[in-house]
Amino acid sequence: MSLVMDQQPTEPGIVLTAEQKRRRRGRSIAIALALAVFVALIFAVTLVKGPGVMMRPL
Amino acid sequence: MALVSETAELAAPLPGTVAYAEPSMAGAGDYLALMKPRVMSLVVFTALVGMVVAPGHFHPVLAFFALTCIAVGAGAAGALNMWYDADIDAVMTRTAQRPVPAGRVKPGEALAFGLVLAGFSIVFLGLMINVLAAGLLAFTIFFYAVVYTMWLKRWTPQNIVIGGAAGAFPPMIGWAAATGGIGLESILLFLIIFFWTPPHFWALGLLRAGEYARAGVPMLPVVAGVAETRRQMLLYSLVLGPVGVSPWLLGTAGLAYGVVAILGGAAMLALAFQLYRVPEQAMEPVAKRLFGISIVYLFVLFAALLVERALGLQHFGIPFGRVFA
Repeated sequence: MSLVMDQQPTEPGIVLTAEQKRRRRGRSIAIALALAVFVALIFAVTLVKGPGVMMRPL
Repeated sequence: MALVSETAELAAPLPGTVAYAEPSMAGAGDYLALMKPRVMSLVVFTALVGMVVAPGHFHPVLAFFALTCIAVGAGAAGALNMWYDADIDAVMTRTAQRPVPAGRVKPGEALAFGLVLAGFSIVFLGLMINVLAAGLLAFTIFFYAVVYTMWLKRWTPQNIVIGGAAGAFPPMIGWAAATGGIGLESILLFLIIFFWTPPHFWALGLLRAGEYARAGVPMLPVVAGVAETRRQMLLYSLVLGPVGVSPWLLGTAGLAYGVVAILGGAAMLALAFQLYRVPEQAMEPVAKRLFGISIVYLFVLFAALLVERALGLQHFGIPFGRVFA
């Protein structure tokens, strides 16, 4: 194995501040909620439209 | 066989420092702000009225789904607008604290957010409701984000007149979602918002003319002056009154709506006339009042349509019968 691949990173990488972690958590929760609402909406529409769910009149 | 020739040279080692992307400081609220929630609420309300006044039955779940798509589409247009207009927003006090100019959301994040929302809203409105409504929504987003934001806004003092069409489409989209077509009533609702936009926005333009001039936006008060702006506001208010009453005159709304439209149109016209006559030094409070009244006017007008439908009064007191069946 080459020397380059054996080298360990010398920097710790991205270290988030407490505020950045808090905002990332807020964004994650918002995405989760939006996805849940999206799934629920699609499910409800599928129930209403039944077998013709993909019928799209012009 | 040797994999590496003896004369080959190793590549230079990677640099010791790696450039990391700056972690995002955007909160969920910043993304909500990108969607212009106040504009979105007006869009949802007018689209709802378009759905309710449309003939036939529209299942509430499908109506809710269509309204959600329209709301998200409006939010997408808002996000794309904020992405492109960040330079203008940064120099205006009213908009300087928006997420992009304030640095909380990066321009690329706003662009990606807007494009993803636009794609989702259009595709799912088309898949689950109908293609006409989805096409109208796509055109509205394009018209607002590209025609108005990227072209008209920085080019002509008629920017908000032509661009106002983007704000006028939602009731037509609502109608199309409910019926799969475009009816006279939906065109009348479009025209009401279209002719309402100039006196509404130019009232704000008169109050913020200095900021628009500093930002290089050719709003009518900046380019043509205060007197010409007030004259054109009066002319548009003169057209708006009859257009507002037309749903009642043509038999698509009842007497209650007709009374509200006459009174509201008269109030708008009276204020526009007052603004036209008042000396320039005393103009500000009148312009503020006209801006506020214009919001109330549009809300009450559309609410009257909703209430009439809810109470079954839409056929009561029509002067000439249903002109267009």
